[in-house]
Amino acid sequence: MRFSGTEEYVSTEDLTLAVNAAITLQRPLLIKGEPGTGKTMLAVQVAKALGVPLLEWHIKSTTKAQQGLYEYDAVSRLRDSQLGDPRVQDIHNYIIKGMLWQAFTQDTPCVLLIDEVDKADIEFPNDLLREIDRMEFYVYETRELIKAKNRPIVFITSNNEKELPDAFLRRCFFHYIRFPEKETMEKIVEVHYPNLKKNLLREALEVFFEIREVPGLKKKPSTSELLDWLKLLLSEDIPPDALRSKDRKTIIPPLHGALLKNEQDVHLFERLVFMTRAKGN
Amino acid sequence: MLIDFFLKLKSHKLPVSIKEYLTLLEALQKGVIGSSVEDFYYLSRTALVKDEANFDKFDRAFSEFWQGVETIPGIEAQIPLEWLLKQAELTLTEEEKKQIEALGGWEKLMETLKKRLEEQKGRHQGGNKWVGTGGTSPYGAYGFNPEGIRIGQDRSRNRRAVKVWDQREYQNLDDSVELGTRNIKVALRRLRRFARKGAPEEFDLENTISSTAKKAYLDIHMRPERRNTVKVLMFLDIGGSMDDHVKLCQEMFSAAKTEFKHLEYYYFHNFLYDFVWKDNRRRHSERTKTWDLLHKYGHDYKIVFVGDATMSPYEILQPGGSIEYFNEEPGAVWMKRVTDVYQKCIWLNPEPEEIWGYRQSVQIVKELMGGRMYPTTIAGLENAMKLLTK
Ligand SMILES: Nc1ncnc2c1ncn2[C@@H]1O[C@H](COP(=O)(O)OP(=O)(O)OP(=O)(O)O)[C@@H](O)[C@H]1O
Ligand SMILES: [Mg+2]
Repeated sequence: MRFSGTEEYVSTEDLTLAVNAAITLQRPLLIKGEPGTGKTMLAVQVAKALGVPLLEWHIKSTTKAQQGLYEYDAVSRLRDSQLGDPRVQDIHNYIIKGMLWQAFTQDTPCVLLIDEVDKADIEFPNDLLREIDRMEFYVYETRELIKAKNRPIVFITSNNEKELPDAFLRRCFFHYIRFPEKETMEKIVEVHYPNLKKNLLREALEVFFEIREVPGLKKKPSTSELLDWLKLLLSEDIPPDALRSKDRKTIIPPLHGALLKNEQDVHLFERLVFMTRAKGN
Repeated sequence: MLIDFFLKLKSHKLPVSIKEYLTLLEALQKGVIGSSVEDFYYLSRTALVKDEANFDKFDRAFSEFWQGVETIPGIEAQIPLEWLLKQAELTLTEEEKKQIEALGGWEKLMETLKKRLEEQKGRHQGGNKWVGTGGTSPYGAYGFNPEGIRIGQDRSRNRRAVKVWDQREYQNLDDSVELGTRNIKVALRRLRRFARKGAPEEFDLENTISSTAKKAYLDIHMRPERRNTVKVLMFLDIGGSMDDHVKLCQEMFSAAKTEFKHLEYYYFHNFLYDFVWKDNRRRHSERTKTWDLLHKYGHDYKIVFVGDATMSPYEILQPGGSIEYFNEEPGAVWMKRVTDVYQKCIWLNPEPEEIWGYRQSVQIVKELMGGRMYPTTIAGLENAMKLLTK
């Protein structure tokens, strides 16, 4: 199994290599990077490219490691016992399989995405060390050992909200997706809008990268915002000329609200443009 | 040869482990990459470096390795004394030699050095993480033994350490360095650890339910509280040369915010008087009475002051000493009120500890705090946190 990007996903050389190392050695790949740099999408695309199932585990601040293994629904059982439901005899009826369990019992290898691991409690990654290492865990209620039939290909994404423990890091490959350079960005846009006119793309990217340079932005526009914006430009049929001006800094690009979602950022940006304009006059 | 590469990374203080090195070997064995150096660069990076903050370091190490430029091995030992000696071979001036004599001569200096070494060793074994030592004694690992230095035998040679010592060439290794972006992460980790401790019991609903269901009688379970209960009230000195440092501290605590149950900030200027404020831009219009704070925040809050404590002693000891307005009561009285209400109070001082002694006001503040003033170094922070959690 080897990954080499897909028609819908632009993978850089280093990313491809990291993915393949993780596949070959059957170790998790930890992915970090600015928001919208395609961390989540990577797992989706790898599964697609390899033609294997994808299991997604989206982590929240309340997610516990145990939930990835299984949960024992004692409340239902208690209720059933009071109602005299015969199901109550079999404990298996109350064991809810988590994502890891499901991944371990797939008939083919699969891709398991653990998305935004840093949202959880800092103990979370540590609590999964053994399971990820050995690819097995024990179900106490039923005295079963669940062992991976096929080791899943594990992708873990993080937005750097919390630090991850060293022991956990040592077990992973790591890749940091850098914000795409213009060239890569062009490719990404092409993947999404194959028929985009070259000059519109060029002008739009100029504007986009310039806005990203505006100092003091709370949130720089990311790939997703660029794609949204382009979609709007296309649907509104904005001509490339509208994005151009002799001095670009003195116009507010059309539909800039799609790029800057934060109200403060919009104000900041507009102020800057007006100031530049005033200076010019 | 690969082991040399690994050691090279270590010598650049990259926190690489044997486990990761073996992973790299395995990947090579399994033919993950072809034979290009670029592939090797990517592979080794993804296998060995787990933090983008270290990429630059890795790049430098990598390029050095591939140019075959030799640097002296053993740099990663905490006190690479032999290396220091070599480094300074040619640089000791007459004046510096005199300085050494003034310091009590070479012997005395070496004593201090040795003591420092011992201290560091102790701290290391105390569980501190030292970059690049991987938990073993650095002295054993790199063949460095304090006893083994020929102290004083070769005076003219050994003396030269002083020069480098002053330059603090190894300061990255030292946790008494003031916080910078580099070690802010380490500090954060410790802050979190601090926030995590002190976990009282709480009612464990889930376990109680499941256990009750299993046993068919009410079986109550308690557990140590996972979310911490630490409440922190911070007072930050604002509006002066300290702003940057103070901001750093604030950011640090904010970053660890999720680990605290409550974290509140107030600002003051130079010293604490009868009011503080929350929004520095509206410091004159929106003030909060210090009295109100004392009533509002319970005794279990931990108080952290951040400031350089550098001012005229009058500002602390006299009514009307404040440079902002006329304060009826001296700041010292206010400080005493705070320390009376809250048992856990500390003062973080971003100024280097060495100069505290020269400033009268720092001494006064330190005294008011019952000695609990700490520098904003990693070690200082750790000590501070220890005290807060005791
Ligand atoms: N390399 C890429 N190739 C194709 N599309 C991409 C690429 N990178 C990003 N995108 C586009 O950007 C969008 C955002 O990507 P994704 O949601 O995977 O980002 P993310 O890094 O997971 O962001 P977040 O940190 O916000 O979760 C995707 O829907 C995709 O359309
Ligand atoms: Mg995502």
